[in-house]
Amino acid sequence: MSVRHALLALLSEGPKYGLRLRQEFEARTGEVWPLNVGQVYTTLQRLERDGLVESDDPEGEGPHKGFRITPAGGRELAQWLRTPPETVPPPRDELVIKVLVALSVPGVDVHELIQVHRRHLVELMQHYTYLKAEASEHEVGLALVVDAELFRLEAVVRWLDATDVRLTSLPTASPSAAPVGPLRRRRRLEVGR
Amino acid sequence: MTAMLELRQVSKVYGSGPAEVQALRKVDLSVDGGELVAVMGPSGSGKSTLLTIAGSLEEPTSGEVLVGGSALSGMARNQQARLRRRAIGYVFQDFNLLAGLTAAENVALPLELDGVSAKAARPVGLAALEELGLADRAARYPDELSGGERQRVAIARAVVGDRHLLLADEPTGALDSVNGEAVMRLLRAACKRGVAGVVVTHDAQLASWADRVVFLRDGRVVDQTARPPGAESLLTPGPSR
Repeated sequence: MSVRHALLALLSEGPKYGLRLRQEFEARTGEVWPLNVGQVYTTLQRLERDGLVESDDPEGEGPHKGFRITPAGGRELAQWLRTPPETVPPPRDELVIKVLVALSVPGVDVHELIQVHRRHLVELMQHYTYLKAEASEHEVGLALVVDAELFRLEAVVRWLDATDVRLTSLPTASPSAAPVGPLRRRRRLEVGR
Repeated sequence: MTAMLELRQVSKVYGSGPAEVQALRKVDLSVDGGELVAVMGPSGSGKSTLLTIAGSLEEPTSGEVLVGGSALSGMARNQQARLRRRAIGYVFQDFNLLAGLTAAENVALPLELDGVSAKAARPVGLAALEELGLADRAARYPDELSGGERQRVAIARAVVGDRHLLLADEPTGALDSVNGEAVMRLLRAACKRGVAGVVVTHDAQLASWADRVVFLRDGRVVDQTARPPGAESLLTPGPSR
């Protein structure tokens, strides 16, 4: 999450004080990302240093110091909005690792293990859905943030479902017993990069 | 809290010999009035069988089903049919609306089948449509409605009158996620008014609208979620809400 660009976006609506920037940032992100005051001012100082915002009093300090976006800041914001986010998954997903490891641990029922994680994820989704269900229809920021998290969790549940079915339909040989040849090793390195 | 639906050790076997399929194996499930329960499981886990047995559309091979405290096994066929018409509402993935009837006529139909005159049934049907925000669609035929509207009509038909058990099979399957969410909000609202709801689905987002999620695998209940915080207060609205 780029606090820097979120502040530029808020300033693109017009000049604002630091304190107000913090309040608006939290309100518009469904209060899911609380910011501390220090984080806001440090970011604003850096933006000012880089010429992306300017203040009405460069020497002044405190919550009522006003900031406005510069033309360079406007260009930076426009470019950031259109830049695709980092979508390459982390090289080591903890849940994937746990399931893979479980396949080779004697006495572990992988289907039972998958169910433990599935239940945990669905309970988490119930919490998020409850938040959305109880929110007013005007709280669009909250609904969007909750939706993003629900879709992400749903994808993990679907991966568990697919894993469950894939492991059920496997022939008797354990997947961990498969030989690790040079090709498999190379492929693994490519994925893990 | 009274259990509106109770399945006790319910098993269902289809076919025999080598073709025998054990669809449900000693399933216990209890759903209270005001509670929405999702039954989640992969294809072939027995979800739909569980729903048809709970709705008395099919008989279990063994075990007992109680609706509103009364055992279905002790009822004559016509008593069961009356229970289906009066107490149980069904919502299916493909809506199952009658194409030759308007939205209002579709919703009033279960009442008329139960002997209520068309004149008396119509305002009750219209009220159910109005509650779901469809008052201005009452005179439309199903093919003049969007998918989301059709499913809302189907929900109105399922809750019309004094139904206290609502059974839904993948009710948002054919809808996009926003329309699907609207359908789940309506089912949730119906349950908040005291109806016991059961939704069977393979979709975790859909299931997450429920107060409790029961996981089915190979015809067995293998797990269930704990009640989420806040859900308890949904069932007993207090002054703070």
